[in-house]
Amino acid sequence: MTSTEAVTLSVNGQQHSITVEPRTLLADALRGQLGSKGTHIGCEHGVCGACTVLVDGHPVRSCLTFAVQAEGSEIETVESLGEPDGGLNSLQRGFQRHHGLQCGFCTPGILMSLTQLFREDPSPDEERIRDQIQGHICRCTGYQQMVEAAVEESETNAKEGR
Amino acid sequence: MIGERRVRREDVRLLRGEGTYVDDIDLPGAVYLAGVRSTEPHATILGIDTTAAKAVPGVLGVYTAADIEPINRLWRQQLTHSSLKMAVQRTLPVDKVRFVGELVAVVVAETRYLAEDAAELVDIDYEPLPGAGNYHRALELDVPIHEGIDDNVASHFSQSTGDVGWALSSAPHVLRETFTINRGGGHSMEGRAVAARWDTSLDQYTVFDATQGPHQARAHIAFALGVPDEKVRVIAPPDVGGGFGPKGGKYPEEILVTWLSKQLRRPVKFIEDRYEHFLTSYQEHQQEHHVEVGYDGDGKLLGLKDVFLHDTGAYAPSLIVPLIAGTTVPGCYKIPNIHIEFRAVFTNKVPCSAVRGAGRPQGVYVMERIMDRIAEELDLDPVEVRKRNLIQADEFPYAVGLTFRDGSPLTYDSGNYPGLLQLGLDLFDYDRQREIQRERRAAGVYRGIGVSIALEGVGIGPFEGATVRIEKTGRITAVMGAPPQGQGFETTYATIVADTIGVDPDLVDVVTGDTAAIAYGVGTFASRVMANAGPAMLQASIEVKDKLVQTASAMLEASAEDLEIAGTEIRVKGTEAGVPIADAARLSNVGSPGVNLPPGVVPGLTSTSYFNPSSAGYSASVHACAVEVDIDTGEIEIFDWVVGHDCGRIINPLLVEGQVIGGLAHGLSNAMYEEQMYGEDGTPLTTSYLDYPIPSARELPKLRLFHQETLSPLNPLGAKGAGEAGTLGVPALIATAVEDALRPLGVRINHLPLSPGLLGDLIAGAAERGAAERGAA
Repeated sequence: MTSTEAVTLSVNGQQHSITVEPRTLLADALRGQLGSKGTHIGCEHGVCGACTVLVDGHPVRSCLTFAVQAEGSEIETVESLGEPDGGLNSLQRGFQRHHGLQCGFCTPGILMSLTQLFREDPSPDEERIRDQIQGHICRCTGYQQMVEAAVEESETNAKEGR
Repeated sequence: MIGERRVRREDVRLLRGEGTYVDDIDLPGAVYLAGVRSTEPHATILGIDTTAAKAVPGVLGVYTAADIEPINRLWRQQLTHSSLKMAVQRTLPVDKVRFVGELVAVVVAETRYLAEDAAELVDIDYEPLPGAGNYHRALELDVPIHEGIDDNVASHFSQSTGDVGWALSSAPHVLRETFTINRGGGHSMEGRAVAARWDTSLDQYTVFDATQGPHQARAHIAFALGVPDEKVRVIAPPDVGGGFGPKGGKYPEEILVTWLSKQLRRPVKFIEDRYEHFLTSYQEHQQEHHVEVGYDGDGKLLGLKDVFLHDTGAYAPSLIVPLIAGTTVPGCYKIPNIHIEFRAVFTNKVPCSAVRGAGRPQGVYVMERIMDRIAEELDLDPVEVRKRNLIQADEFPYAVGLTFRDGSPLTYDSGNYPGLLQLGLDLFDYDRQREIQRERRAAGVYRGIGVSIALEGVGIGPFEGATVRIEKTGRITAVMGAPPQGQGFETTYATIVADTIGVDPDLVDVVTGDTAAIAYGVGTFASRVMANAGPAMLQASIEVKDKLVQTASAMLEASAEDLEIAGTEIRVKGTEAGVPIADAARLSNVGSPGVNLPPGVVPGLTSTSYFNPSSAGYSASVHACAVEVDIDTGEIEIFDWVVGHDCGRIINPLLVEGQVIGGLAHGLSNAMYEEQMYGEDGTPLTTSYLDYPIPSARELPKLRLFHQETLSPLNPLGAKGAGEAGTLGVPALIATAVEDALRPLGVRINHLPLSPGLLGDLIAGAAERGAAERGAA
């Protein structure tokens, strides 16, 4: 299992050339070689959603994806979120305001799934929001406060005509 | 400031993906430990061949019991009890394995991938022994799980108050029921994680451990290694990805990672994966309660006898789960005669330890089921039966007559249970809900209503400590031994310190979970930190403020009573005269080398305080909801869920609400979803989230919350505990509501969790019984 492949991965707009084994998981490459430690590994069998990143705009379990599969794709991780000035973006601020996170381990994956949802539909209803995050396990919060944060984001978007 | 909704300072880094969990800590040169774990529930180890594993390039070593002999000493019980027998447990088992997943050997390699590859190549020769996957089988097992404990009973314990025999024989009505409940595991999203680095020049270990009790972990590791505590610094990082009980346990990896960091002169890291979490992180397992209860024609309780079995798994680090379960049974009701008795039984399963609730959900479930059955027998409203038995608001302190798990009398400190229940019923609109139920039933819908009330022994000792320092920068450092796993300690304790001293909370830095930062600590579990560390932090803040004021008084040549803190200064009230806090701290903490302090200036603006409560306090919670059951699919839909709780003084309502809702989700999971299954011999059958569901945002209904604040007299903050309040009453609630929904069919809920499969069987069984009865008639 020691054969290696050179791959170029685009993470948050930056190109990285790294060497990986064919079996190297995208999550491990991101965390171990590309310094994207905000991507967390919770179950390693694709259920908990903690490791979710966007690959070409789609939410993907980076624990079920090989790094070599992501070559040529645009990968977005939690580190890409935020305002240009370095502050939290409105969804992140909503999470803080509503106490939508506790230990924070599952949060990056949930933020990435919601980021994709809001790009597709800036003002989804609560049912749609719960559907989007049902692929994530959060053991701390019981989800209500993070759903409230996302609903508020949706309402703000609707009000501002986004 | 105390009592205000304040957002958390922790959130900014966590939302950016900049939190630092154990696996994120940069340890240059680190190598990785992978476990070789038993595949047998119960077997003699005949031999271990590590040759092939050692030959894998990149492997630094493979270690079995024989290789770690100098440190493989007998573990001490984590918490002793007079009735608990001492079972043999070592870091690595020498001659036999007692559960699937038990660590038998470890491999250390340059990468985690290589370590796991090599672990597969370790060949262990087992002679299988008969195993027990439940207490009934264990009680009849031919081969004892531990030498010298032939009946596999780890503990047989009972306690009583009054005369239950007399009460049951003389009561007008007696009910006998058996209830079982399986609680499952913790399932923090971050698994167990520990990394260690050895400092060559100091011969000192630094251990980064995702633990709920760093000081206890230090004692555990130092004891095993045979070194003084001072040689082991354990740091629970500020970011730990959930705890929920199992991370308060002690594990072999903590010892091995630390020891190997010196042996190999390389930092060593162990990160548990989810499969290992299923197999090796402690779980709460199953209990079977045989209950007899005597009551009068009004439904008033006269006597209660609960004799139960508790599955303690392959080792029994403590008895806290059955002790707490038993003492939670009486709950908020007046029962003059009580007998609680349990046998904790060794089985070939991962050891039992507390999971959020720690035996309390089981106790609440038992008592609340009883209240429903009494109501049914007497044809009374189940809420009315509860009301008739409640301890009243003017009856505190209320002595139950038993001993709690902290060794103190089970005496409730304060509360208002009738008030809490009534607030809940009003918000739920109980009478209207009964009307809706009648309308829905008339339309052929199986709708039920559940109400449950739970008490929680919280804030148990022995103590927590806090140090508060005013730094020469003018900032304040607050240190506490207990570490957070998402509870928001940095925000909460900064609030207490700032409120007490009179500064902005942003001036306060909070340090948690580092054994080098404070001498002693106990840990984060049992909803105990606020009632222990809170008063300690309060007292240290009062003392340090006093030192600051004395120093400023000397500097300003003004009387202490005339001083006030304003922003970052101490001023003489009503004047412009003042001194920056930073200047006072510089004078007190640094001074001028060799020069005496000016008269009146206090040396060192620091204070350390430890708080030890005289006993546990008691939080209360009430739940009400309606459910509708689809009798064809066994699906349960929940409506109008109201939850109220009373955890004494609330420091930050926003965070308390998070604790309650999160706890409630865990309780719902225990009631309807997660169930750790084992074969008869102890083979685990649920080892991934594909067969062990945990509810998502789709399964969690929207909740309405309310608070009641009954202060505790046991500490100066009046705080109790909120961490588990949401969880306790939920299994009882769901059982109550579903049984009520299916009352027309005569379905009895005596086991939880209530999976759709089980519920389907119960509905089908009731339908068959109904048909047979009609046939007989």
